[in-house]
Amino acid sequence: MKLKLKIWRQKNSTSKGSIVNYDVDNISPNMSFLEMLDQLNSTLIKNDESPVAFDHDCREGICGSCSLYINGQAHGPDRAITTCQLHMRKFKDGDTIFIEPFRATSFPVIKDLIVDRSAFDRIQHAGGYISVNTSGNTQDANSIPINKTDADNAFDAATCIGCGACVATCKNSSAMLFVGAKISQYALLPQGKVEASDRVTKMIDQMDLEGFGNCSNTGACEVECPKGISLDNIARMNRELMKSKVL
Amino acid sequence: MSVFFNTSIARKISMALSAIFLMVFLLQHFAINFTSVFSSDTFNEISHFMGTNPLVQFVLQPILIIGVIFHFVMGFILEFINHRSSKVKYAYNNGSANSSWMSRNMIWSGLAILSFMLLHFADFWFPEIDAKFIQGDWEGGKIMVDGILTGEYRYFTELQHKFSYAPRVIFYCIAFCFLSLHLMHGFTSAFQSMGSTIGRKKVLLNLSYAYSICIPLGFVFIALYHFFNH
Repeated sequence: MKLKLKIWRQKNSTSKGSIVNYDVDNISPNMSFLEMLDQLNSTLIKNDESPVAFDHDCREGICGSCSLYINGQAHGPDRAITTCQLHMRKFKDGDTIFIEPFRATSFPVIKDLIVDRSAFDRIQHAGGYISVNTSGNTQDANSIPINKTDADNAFDAATCIGCGACVATCKNSSAMLFVGAKISQYALLPQGKVEASDRVTKMIDQMDLEGFGNCSNTGACEVECPKGISLDNIARMNRELMKSKVL
Repeated sequence: MSVFFNTSIARKISMALSAIFLMVFLLQHFAINFTSVFSSDTFNEISHFMGTNPLVQFVLQPILIIGVIFHFVMGFILEFINHRSSKVKYAYNNGSANSSWMSRNMIWSGLAILSFMLLHFADFWFPEIDAKFIQGDWEGGKIMVDGILTGEYRYFTELQHKFSYAPRVIFYCIAFCFLSLHLMHGFTSAFQSMGSTIGRKKVLLNLSYAYSICIPLGFVFIALYHFFNH
């Protein structure tokens, strides 16, 4: 396949970026999207040009680093996948593909297609954990009965890989799907309920401090989430905050 | 409590609460206006009651005004914060791939409704306030003759007079289209913001579509009915 790529190039976090056009040839439909970018970079290096910087790690849809906005959608046109799971067979010969970094004030661009998503880490540090005394007599979690629905919902929420597609997709750059999932995965389990009130307050405070926008329930985040995290988690987060502050 | 209202989620919840309040008011407003289609007397009686009842005038009306102002002001505040959070825009964004036009453009449909409300206030509310509180007409246009109130209430006549002007009727119809679009997203969104997942259930989704289509369509019908029958 022959493709026209329009890629966001930006030298560093302080410089002004722009879209640069590239033509790529001999692209196999069986290549992953990242392999296609690898091929482009090989050509650029051969021509003594600076390769396109992009984040990647596991290349099997787990790490959530490959944060690319492809043809106007987070992780590209396919559903429930990360960029590394996107294959070139989703495109046609001669297509023009826009490749941009995830955009949000809280996700500043570091270089080209790489953004700084450490805001998510700071939200997680604020309260996304369970304090456990590991002195040796800690109760085995498997010995605590939990109903199936709660266990399933907690597990579904815990599958969030923190890739940031929700923020990138949201027209308001809201991080509420991510925070909702992180709050839900603990709020539904008996171990997490002990610190539920503190957790929801601290994580939401940190989310606001990081400058993320407000959720306006467009549902775009749920559609683009590679792990299918449900909007129900945002509703649960709202309930958890009301419970902690009003009740 | 003060800390609670400083959070982004509290702003969402308060926005949703004001939205639910306004949707209930809209239903009530429609029910009253609809009586004008089949009985001018009923419409006049209800209008007079609503316009002179102390509970409605001095308790419910101020709450409504506060609710309307709060909803618009909070809408602008949220829009400002959201704009600040997403300053840099994509060169190419395919928003329609994952969300509805209505959900992405609440601020624009809201602004259309706001401009309509300014006209609506100038048409009906300000003249009503002027008649009652400045000119002192608490009898709805009836005149006291020999200790007995005679004549007809003015409400129905005023309504018909306003809807006899074609540009106004056209503007009202366009504004109700925007109201419908605003409600299509706002109805279920309000429940989601309140922490309820019921807004995503089929029953409520259907109710949402029924409400957001039938109520504005009903208002359009009332405006057109009076335009063609004045």
